[in-house]
Amino acid sequence: MRKQMILVLAGLLSLVLAACGGQAQQAPTTAPAQPATTAPEQPTAAPPASPAPTAAPAATSAPAGGTPAQPAAGGLIERILARGTLICGVNNNPLPGFSSVDAAGVRAGFDVDFCRAIAAALFDDPNKVEYRPLSAQERFTALQTGEIDVLIRNSTWTLGRDGNLGLDWAPTTFYDGQGMMVRKDSGINTLEDMNGATICVQTGTTTELNLADQFRARGLTFTPVVFPDGDATRAAYDAGQCDGFTTDKSGLVSSLTLLSNPADHKILEVTMSKEPLGPAVKQGDPQWFDAVRWIVFATFQAEEYGITSKNVDEFLKSDVPEIRRFLGIEGDLAKGIGLPNDFAVRIIRHVGNYAEIYDRNLGPNTPFNLPRGLNALYTNGGLLYSPPFR
Amino acid sequence: MATEVSRPTSRRAPRQQIGLIEWLRKNLFSTWYNAIITVILLYLIFQTVTSFVAWMVTAPGWPAAFTNIKLLLTWTYPVEQLWRPQAAMALVLLLLGLSSGLWGGIVRMVAFGAAAVSVLLGFVAFTFPDLPGQTSLPGWLFMFLCAGLLVGGDQAARWIGVKLRWPLIVAWLLSYPAVILILRGGLGLPIVETKLWGGLILTLILAISGIVLSFPLGVLLALGRRSSLPVIRIFCVLYIELIRGVPLVTVLFMGALLLPLFLPGGESIDALVRAIVAVTLFSAAYLAENVRGGLQSIPKGQIEAARALGLNVVQTTLLITLPQALRAVVPVLVGQFIALFKDTSLVVIIGLVDLLGAAQNIVGQPEWLGTPGGVWRETFLVIAAIYWVFSFTMSRISKRIEDQIARSRH
Repeated sequence: MRKQMILVLAGLLSLVLAACGGQAQQAPTTAPAQPATTAPEQPTAAPPASPAPTAAPAATSAPAGGTPAQPAAGGLIERILARGTLICGVNNNPLPGFSSVDAAGVRAGFDVDFCRAIAAALFDDPNKVEYRPLSAQERFTALQTGEIDVLIRNSTWTLGRDGNLGLDWAPTTFYDGQGMMVRKDSGINTLEDMNGATICVQTGTTTELNLADQFRARGLTFTPVVFPDGDATRAAYDAGQCDGFTTDKSGLVSSLTLLSNPADHKILEVTMSKEPLGPAVKQGDPQWFDAVRWIVFATFQAEEYGITSKNVDEFLKSDVPEIRRFLGIEGDLAKGIGLPNDFAVRIIRHVGNYAEIYDRNLGPNTPFNLPRGLNALYTNGGLLYSPPFR
Repeated sequence: MATEVSRPTSRRAPRQQIGLIEWLRKNLFSTWYNAIITVILLYLIFQTVTSFVAWMVTAPGWPAAFTNIKLLLTWTYPVEQLWRPQAAMALVLLLLGLSSGLWGGIVRMVAFGAAAVSVLLGFVAFTFPDLPGQTSLPGWLFMFLCAGLLVGGDQAARWIGVKLRWPLIVAWLLSYPAVILILRGGLGLPIVETKLWGGLILTLILAISGIVLSFPLGVLLALGRRSSLPVIRIFCVLYIELIRGVPLVTVLFMGALLLPLFLPGGESIDALVRAIVAVTLFSAAYLAENVRGGLQSIPKGQIEAARALGLNVVQTTLLITLPQALRAVVPVLVGQFIALFKDTSLVVIIGLVDLLGAAQNIVGQPEWLGTPGGVWRETFLVIAAIYWVFSFTMSRISKRIEDQIARSRH
């Protein structure tokens, strides 16, 4: 029954993908046929024609190079503001630390905090979010059809998804990579030791594809044992059905604590893939894309300046010009992306800077205790780097 | 079954009264190989049961289900509005209690079963945590109150008597909109969007709506399929065969994600309504085929006799064929309703969080990290028990209805 379900979903998705892909391929073939002089009139050319009819005006009316003082009429930001809530797509099959619901019914997690940051920037109220729990199969369709405004569901940014699915990825909020867990007494220390091994992996994910690529590249064989969800995959590994268990390293760390005997297992050094996870929006509304992008950058920049939810009021009295610009006391930078001038202050006050978000959900005082690794500021050897706010 | 004693029935040969040891020897140890099989099986059963009980006693994950009972039952329904699901449940149980007093029989069996379960849950509920900002009654008090309403309603209805009949029928008809009104709000009550609903409430609303709405639709489709008007017949055949040829997940997926593409305007239909419509349309097609089976079992002579008496087509259908056909397919229909109840768990795929979805979320809460083996076994066992209670109740009701029909045929 479950297998049949997934087959059908896969079939449906591939139909949708084929439809979108078809349109995307048509676009370049028609573009060269037109005279070059008409090209500048269509600055937002060739996003896969958006299926939702209501989104069509947004794509054509949003100016590409100008600096409008107000959100573009009919743009997504204006519609979100009129609606009064942000619709944020999150994970329905919770990933501890990224999105889960506590006993009182309140959502929390790393991904959820970025939903709250966007709502804080738009409404000055982080609670004006409507969460849409989405399965791995329906997440991109929901974004394409306009069911959700933004997808923050530990989704990996890849060329295929960015291009063929007609999505745009905001800056990566969490750099993950695929890892491999094995038993300590198995004698496995590298992937090369795993020739002929059986490996538990969740199906329908980039993880499954990466695994095959990595083993093929090394000329190794393996037997995949696939499961539709993460819990079943881990349970099968724990029960000894597989020699190895592979998923993103952050997931492996939390899975390790859930095994019967965590001390018997280890995570291999090797990182098999790049998994940059971040918010995604539908292509075709550059203003909304910019807004989401700079909201994420604002959390990076706030950490760089050392501005936290605790001390933000002191920084408001600062004389330093770049901090005054960042906090919207001087100039009107944020108008260009359709956000209020003090959006950074709103985010920091309600949700905090990147370090606060990270520590609250994944840091030393949580069961994960994940080291920052690549997810540190560039000044500390990580990859988080915000363009200047000026 | 007390009535059966007084009725003369064909008499069977008198049964031999045998003792326990005799019975054991006859059934379990009749030959040497039977004895061996019995011993081996007894050993296996003993091993399984003892290790299961030992695991149950020592399993570390039980607190997961109990501290999150609010999530399992209502998902993200606002804590300060929790009195509303309680009020809705109390209303339905009061009606059930009154009906039990008035009609007795199967209804009383259900009502007293529910009362017993309520008392049991009342004791379990002492372990439930209080939620911050909770304005509703504590769980144990509410469960005892439910049992009181059931038994009290039963007694009250017996005392009032038959006068209550029509008011009660009207009250049952109004109860569905009333429950939705209480839960959703309006008329002065603050609105609680259906997006916040979930857990057992969502499962029950989906299942009950699906059952209640698909029944008339399915009967109409079954009649339409046997209609002599070609347009109606072809439409019904096409509808039934199309829906039956497609899995429920696909129908749900269409309703949830593809419907917005076809509908003009930005305003989207409520996700819960879409799911209810999808479940109803799906269930109606299967129900139509079951009812059609019942209709085909009616001998042609009955219809001819009805015509001969001067009944028109509508009268023949409503008075002669349909009642007999429905009676014949009661077990099949109840089986289908049980399947529908369990199938509602598929709505997880379209982002609604039902009982199963809520359980999956609990398993992923960070506070259970570090529990060896995780908490999924315990949590899923708890929801399996909840599913079982409802399905088992339905199947017992079906059994009783069958018995009654069988007796009325004598």
